[in-house]
Amino acid sequence: MKNKSVHPPKWANRLLEWYCKPELFEDLQGDLYEYFERNLEAKGSRRARFNYVMDVLKFFKPYTVRKLEILGQLTQFIMFKNYFKTSIRSIGRNKLFSAINVFGLAISMSVCLLMITMFSEVKNYDRFHADHDRIHRVTNAQKYLNNEPNLFASTSILAGRRLKEEVPGLEAATIITRSFSADAKIGDNTFPFNAPWADNDFFKVFSFNLLRGDATAALSEPYSVILTDETAEKFFPGQDPMDQTILMNEQSYRVTGVVEKPPFNSHFKFSALISFSTYEQQQKQTEEDWWLNWHNMWSNYAYFKLDKNTTIDQVQARLTSIADDENSRQGQTKIFLSTQALTNIMSGPDLSNQLGESIGNEALWILGVLAFIVILSAGFNYTNLSIARSLRRAKEVGVRKVVGASKKQVFTQFTIEACIISVCSLILAYLLFFLLKPLFLNLSPEMQRSLKLEHEPIMLLYFLLFAIVVGISAGFIPSLFLSRLRAIQVLKDASTTRLFSKINLRKVLIVVQFTLSLAFIISASIANRQFKYALNFDLGFDTENVLNISLAGNDPYLTKAVFEQIPEITDISMSSHVLSTGNRYANQAKSEDGLDSATVYLSQIDHKYIPLMGHELLAGTNFVAKDRVEKEETVIVNETILNKFKLGTPEEAIGKVLKFGPTNSLIVQGVVKNFHYATLDSEIESFAFRHQPQNAQMLNLKIMSENIIDTRRKIEEAWLEFDEVHEFRGSFYDDRIEAAYSEFEVMFTVVGFLAFITITISALGLLGMGVYTAETRLKEISIRKVLGASEGSLIRLLSRGFMWLLLIASLIAIPSTYYLFDSVLLSDQAHRADIGVMELILGVMVIFVIGFTTIGSQTWKAAKSNPAQTLRSE
Amino acid sequence: MKGTNLGEFEEVVLLTIAALMEDAYSVSICDEIERVTERKVKLSVVHAVLNRLDKKGFVKSHLGDPTSTRGGRRKRFFTVTHAGKVALTKVKQQRDQFWSVIPEFNLKFI
Repeated sequence: MKNKSVHPPKWANRLLEWYCKPELFEDLQGDLYEYFERNLEAKGSRRARFNYVMDVLKFFKPYTVRKLEILGQLTQFIMFKNYFKTSIRSIGRNKLFSAINVFGLAISMSVCLLMITMFSEVKNYDRFHADHDRIHRVTNAQKYLNNEPNLFASTSILAGRRLKEEVPGLEAATIITRSFSADAKIGDNTFPFNAPWADNDFFKVFSFNLLRGDATAALSEPYSVILTDETAEKFFPGQDPMDQTILMNEQSYRVTGVVEKPPFNSHFKFSALISFSTYEQQQKQTEEDWWLNWHNMWSNYAYFKLDKNTTIDQVQARLTSIADDENSRQGQTKIFLSTQALTNIMSGPDLSNQLGESIGNEALWILGVLAFIVILSAGFNYTNLSIARSLRRAKEVGVRKVVGASKKQVFTQFTIEACIISVCSLILAYLLFFLLKPLFLNLSPEMQRSLKLEHEPIMLLYFLLFAIVVGISAGFIPSLFLSRLRAIQVLKDASTTRLFSKINLRKVLIVVQFTLSLAFIISASIANRQFKYALNFDLGFDTENVLNISLAGNDPYLTKAVFEQIPEITDISMSSHVLSTGNRYANQAKSEDGLDSATVYLSQIDHKYIPLMGHELLAGTNFVAKDRVEKEETVIVNETILNKFKLGTPEEAIGKVLKFGPTNSLIVQGVVKNFHYATLDSEIESFAFRHQPQNAQMLNLKIMSENIIDTRRKIEEAWLEFDEVHEFRGSFYDDRIEAAYSEFEVMFTVVGFLAFITITISALGLLGMGVYTAETRLKEISIRKVLGASEGSLIRLLSRGFMWLLLIASLIAIPSTYYLFDSVLLSDQAHRADIGVMELILGVMVIFVIGFTTIGSQTWKAAKSNPAQTLRSE
Repeated sequence: MKGTNLGEFEEVVLLTIAALMEDAYSVSICDEIERVTERKVKLSVVHAVLNRLDKKGFVKSHLGDPTSTRGGRRKRFFTVTHAGKVALTKVKQQRDQFWSVIPEFNLKFI
């Protein structure tokens, strides 16, 4: 035959093999081949190939197509019992290895269960609102010249109004402003009262359950209040709260509705709402229009609900043009508007000035990745140990294959074994989950406010699914490996370890595991260092022995008088808020000629504050000692503001004028040395102390005492005598700062804990590998010993390989972790601790010590064994 | 299973198998029918009929020895079973019955 080299198309053959019944396949293919050969001679190769393909397609008929392999699946099913039994036996036989696997997987799984619960909880946030997918809010990006913009969840009332008036295609939009705070007087009782203002469209956007009152009108009239059922019960126990009067700030408010307490999974929680028209009326009375300023964007929120036919892009386009319009009238600081979906608030980007809680996607990502790394590590353990043990199982596989098991069946068997292990781990993990949950929630108060970590029964199914996925992925490589073994090879010389010698995968996995462990240790120590650094940072003023007390609406002078009775208190000053703990307040300020303007952060203080806090005055003097300031005349500024308004040196700046708002032209009386009024992640910007003791919210008590705790108790008692309504809220400055940096502490705790887990898991894995090596090389060791090897040299021989792996792991981990922290995680911190060599070396030391102890102990045991014992059985 | 009646083409195939004796496999059956009846026969059709006959129990098949032709694939040889023979005979008898009652039959009518 000519054209011997021409064959039918391969893919057609494969297609035939795929669909054709096995019993028909061979002769059918033969027939087609015979025709192909005929056509080849008669019509040439192209035509022959074409005909062959056509024939293959033509034979796709009911009687040739293989039936669904119900029978085959049935055998699989029947074999399940056998797989299960052998798996249990094998697990029981290798108690140490099974224990390592189950334990490691259980620990890491419990972390993952925590994460799964957390993710699903966060994802369910705010989904109780009807049409929650159509609700969005306006967010602001404030940008000074070409600096990086600052992102805010809040916006201006002006933006909210223009949204309501000018943007088409909205079903409803509502403006919310926080936060009204007063003492509510009901009859003879007084209650502390905090509520946001919300306008009349509030219930058109949100689906909070209004129990009493008219949803369309309850918030329309000025001085209307809606209480939650909880608050109503507190204020009016046993009475009908509707149309009752509440006296606040000499104004009487009428209760126009009762709303069900917002559910836990609402990002926005409130105990009452006040009509926005109240706020409007009050602001109009002041005859200032700052409240409608484009830059007054610190405490207002605009939520809107789209029409069914409107897309968010259309709204965004309108918002952009509104922002452009407003910005064209602004100076160097511009504000851009964008939107955020309601369901994205809890897990969205980190924005400042949140209305309620937000975990932020950054934190979620970090936690998710960490959990993944931990489970990965445990999965590696399983893979590693299973491959190592597969030498023992090779014979079993051989016999199974001889008896007739297919590759697929062997694969299924070992996958099932892995799943059994992982499901066992799940049970243990579930118990650990309940131990872990309170620990996790107690990490920070925010966590407790925003997460419950309770799960519905359906979650158990997810957990099981998760366990099975883990089992399948961890068991994948060993199962694949074992199912590929050839029966003849395995049975002929099962003793040979050659089969496994080529597997470098194990080494790779160990290196990865220890790289991760190392990275964790180093990260934990860096986080700890940054935390300590922030606490001990020289803020530029003295915080020692200063107790800050919240006035809770009391008159500052009266309160001050009370505390002056206590001899241990050496000095008392007043201020509007506690600096350097995260809270910031700002005004727009202008130069005297009105050309330069800038955002100036400020604190309102009395004349005692600056000496009490130990601020250093570079030039000028402190405020004059006055108890009451009727007319504000002077201001004390920091160094940065001098550059911004080009006021020259501190000495030159004295006597110059800065304008705050339209009415206040203030003379610079003093210049303080730059200090950190915000947290360390931001740079020092313009700052001013304003002389407004009447606006004080805080008292700062300087305490000189042998027994601080006793003094604090005395202060608290004095407070309780003085004010029976409000609880005592005072804390030492240092503690407040510590709380402000608690994120580092949380990070340290979390990462430290995970580091501990990964190290434990890795060490367990290493132990398993050590045991395995020592076992398989026992004979070799004995012979070496008989020939005169010392115990030390044997240990060196056995540990050398592992030590190399650890070394490689450290070489990878150190630079990459350093890079991660240096250029990614800490890069947005304006002030940070250097990453010390000590942290890096310490991590490596820990790993090496742990690694050496685990491996060393096993090799030591092997090296110590009596050669006569081990060789005798040969 | 459908009834044990023989269709026209089934009968032809069955007869061909019987005629080819030891050498009846799909391709040779195809060729033989083409030669005798002078009509074009598709392999896929013959194959389907063979399958149907097999199900009805009129033929049985066995795989032959592998040869160097056909890409080394074995042939499936068919033989007529007893039931097949019975069915064929029955068809022939029925036809003969009809023939026997036709008095004069002349080709000239055609």
